[in-house]
Amino acid sequence: MRIAVIRFPGSNCDQDAYHALRDGLGFESEYVWHESDSLAGFDGVFLPGGFSYGDYLRCGAIAARAPIMDSVREFAEAGKPVIGACNGFQVLCESGLLPGALVRNTEQKFICKTVPLRAENRTSPWTSGAERPLRIPIAHGEGRYVCDEETLRELRSQDRIAYRYVDATTFEPTEDSNPNGSVDQIAGILNVRGNVLGLMPHPERAYSERLGSADGLSILAGFKAFLHAHA
Amino acid sequence: MATVRLYVTLKPSLLDSAGRTVAGSLQKLGFEEVQEARIGRLIELQVEPLDQARIDEMCRKLLANPVIEDYRYEVIG
Repeated sequence: MRIAVIRFPGSNCDQDAYHALRDGLGFESEYVWHESDSLAGFDGVFLPGGFSYGDYLRCGAIAARAPIMDSVREFAEAGKPVIGACNGFQVLCESGLLPGALVRNTEQKFICKTVPLRAENRTSPWTSGAERPLRIPIAHGEGRYVCDEETLRELRSQDRIAYRYVDATTFEPTEDSNPNGSVDQIAGILNVRGNVLGLMPHPERAYSERLGSADGLSILAGFKAFLHAHA
Repeated sequence: MATVRLYVTLKPSLLDSAGRTVAGSLQKLGFEEVQEARIGRLIELQVEPLDQARIDEMCRKLLANPVIEDYRYEVIG
């Protein structure tokens, strides 16, 4: 199982992703530079967090137009698995692979803390491993997910809301449990086909109890299901 | 060479949290008449030749995100 960890100038969770996939799950992870135009030989793609291109123009906007993204788009259209976490989620939205956009947190602050998440979709490989609510860190200034009403209706009716921010005791999505003002407490969404997951929380920062949580492994393990689907 | 002045702004339906903070700060400074502030981005392009259809294309492909932003521009000199 070979996973490409895409590196843009300003990516800073690339090493976390590399090690989470390798040390946490035993996958072969490899870095792929954004100017590359090939994903030949890879079974999955991880778009890491960070501040690609210094967040110039809009978060993820320049990275979404980098040469490698044409290959990522083909890869996704072939039904192969792609995860974008944090800045990676922003890149996926800017590239049109996922609907909506990420804008500045309602309270203006950069938020860095571990939050409880609940899997909403229960059938996707990216969510079915989350049998109980997960504890995963967030670290972002622009993580407020927004989309138009029609898109929100589609996300709900097509079961494409992957994760929601929930209350730590009731595990229900509430206004108070919403760290950044995202519409409908959305933390992560799927594309129509279900092979592309974008989320603001960082599963790659939660791959060992020594890091405070190993709950991210249940998300990242989703890569395996796609390998079998294509074998 | 033509100068194109582009204004990119958050759609009115979106909460502009930075603008809200600025409006609150102005009010605290005594400018109670401020009801709302919205912050956008100004981009100046020097182009030769000028083709307005291509300016629109630049906005759609990169400079503005139609999910969250509107744009308008003026050609000056």
